Amino acid sequence: MSLSPEEVIKISHLARLAIDEQAIPKYAQELSNIFDLVAQMNQVDTQGIVPTTHPLDIPQRLRADVVSETDQRELMQKGAPSVEVGLYLVPQVIE
Amino acid sequence: MYNLTIAEIAAGLRAKKFSSEEITHVFLTRIKQYDARLNSFITVTEEAALVAAREADQHYANGTAGLLTGVPMAQKDIFCTTGVKTSCASHMLDNFIAPYDATVVTRFKQAGMVMLGKTNMDEFAMGSSNENSYYGSVKNPWDLTRVPGGSSGGSAAAVAARLTPMATGTDTGGSIRQPAALCNLTGIKPTYGRVSRYGMIAFASSLDQGGPLNRTAEDAALMLNVMAGFDEKDSTSVDRPVPDYSATLNNSLAGLKIGLPKEYFVKELDPQVAAAIDAAVKEYEKLGATIHSISLPNVHLSIPAYYVIAPAECSSNLARYDGVRFGYRCENPKDLEDLYKRSRGEGFGAEVKRRIMIGAYVLSAGYYDAYYLKAQQIRSLIKNDFLEAFKQVDVILGPTTLSPAFKLGEKADDPVSMYLNDIFTIAANLAGIPGMSIPAGFVDNLPIGMQLMGNYFEEARLLNVAHQYQKVTDWHLKIPGGF
Repeated sequence: MSLSPEEVIKISHLARLAIDEQAIPKYAQELSNIFDLVAQMNQVDTQGIVPTTHPLDIPQRLRADVVSETDQRELMQKGAPSVEVGLYLVPQVIE
Repeated sequence: MYNLTIAEIAAGLRAKKFSSEEITHVFLTRIKQYDARLNSFITVTEEAALVAAREADQHYANGTAGLLTGVPMAQKDIFCTTGVKTSCASHMLDNFIAPYDATVVTRFKQAGMVMLGKTNMDEFAMGSSNENSYYGSVKNPWDLTRVPGGSSGGSAAAVAARLTPMATGTDTGGSIRQPAALCNLTGIKPTYGRVSRYGMIAFASSLDQGGPLNRTAEDAALMLNVMAGFDEKDSTSVDRPVPDYSATLNNSLAGLKIGLPKEYFVKELDPQVAAAIDAAVKEYEKLGATIHSISLPNVHLSIPAYYVIAPAECSSNLARYDGVRFGYRCENPKDLEDLYKRSRGEGFGAEVKRRIMIGAYVLSAGYYDAYYLKAQQIRSLIKNDFLEAFKQVDVILGPTTLSPAFKLGEKADDPVSMYLNDIFTIAANLAGIPGMSIPAGFVDNLPIGMQLMGNYFEEARLLNVAHQYQKVTDWHLKIPGGF
């Protein structure tokens, strides 16, 4: 499989990743090589096989719906790039 | 003193042959002396280590010390440590001070062990050579021009060079076992769900599992006793009793059925590695085990399936790094989209970006069935191969890697050739079974590893099988020259 530069641009947008324009052909080549590796999956017919999402066949554990966390807003926001009155600041979204 | 194992250090502390402060000082001094050559630590927590060591010594004085109180160790920089930088070897988290401890970290603290620092790794645990670190490559102590393996390369190099008696690792596709093999260590990846993932920075959540890197199986058992167990904070943690892994180390191997998968003895395998594995098999026969040829017919599909599942889960997990709540933020974003894109573009390294893009592609509209669903169906086939094999044999034995450590830079420009390194280790992650690598010899003065895989929750058996081999061989006792 061969990914085009346009597809690389589309994927990088989906993933919200700024990539260097000059690096696009290199990414296209590398990702294409990886997809060639992945294409080996098509050697085997998997029709009707139940997919494995979790290595162990156990149900998701549930817990009682009670509050278990305390308010740690200040602690958690200590590492934030920009905070004001307990809110995360980002560039203006609405005019 | 630096050559003592965990078991020996614990015994020495109990016998008051030396204090925790003394032994901690020995390792801190060695880190200062040797780590410039290896680059195995990202952060050394000298002051905190000495405080913890003095506290441990108080416990010995009061008679309140536990089995492992005061024994030094190191944490892979993927485990969150309160008040200490937790970078995951990424520019993205270079400024991240964890606000809480990972459960694994809490457990080591509860055991009274002393953390020396945080070890280097491939960024977000993505890599097999430790060349993908924001803080630079780690060198293999057996040959400084070679890689230590990855992603737990800093942990492996530090333990091999005796800069710490043990270090934690994590294994998503071989990241404990492959560096253990390349650095002459004993490393175990437990069954999925055995060790809590809470506070262990997520890469591929259905594959990630923490475990110890040690020099001996005896030490690995002690460390797994600390790490393993149910944690309600991890929704995939398994609530099932943990055996005492040390208690069964000396069980006899008479009658043990060992399976050799024919798919692991391929033409690409270095003939000298194959010869070393053959020699190990003969040792096991002497110990009373019987050897059986088995087949894992779908195991060759491990790498293709892995490079769909792991990137898909990575692209989802790493979506949280958005430049808003924590971590790196780009300068002067012009709008919100620019903030997201440049913070991520500048904060992540090349391999992480490749994997995020693969993941975004395979999960994008119209491709889900062809990639992610297909890979999960193949995962079922691989898992069933193991279930069938374990009806015939007790453990599966083979090489951990195709060859010994490769040169720094040798595969760095070719992602696919790097990925093929994990050809023997990935299947255990896909199936969720425990796997282990132990020292099995040398090729051109470079160590090689033997892999043991067991059925679900059979860590105790793997450790027993490893320990019995280490009692009759001395590969694991070899020390790299110059350290």
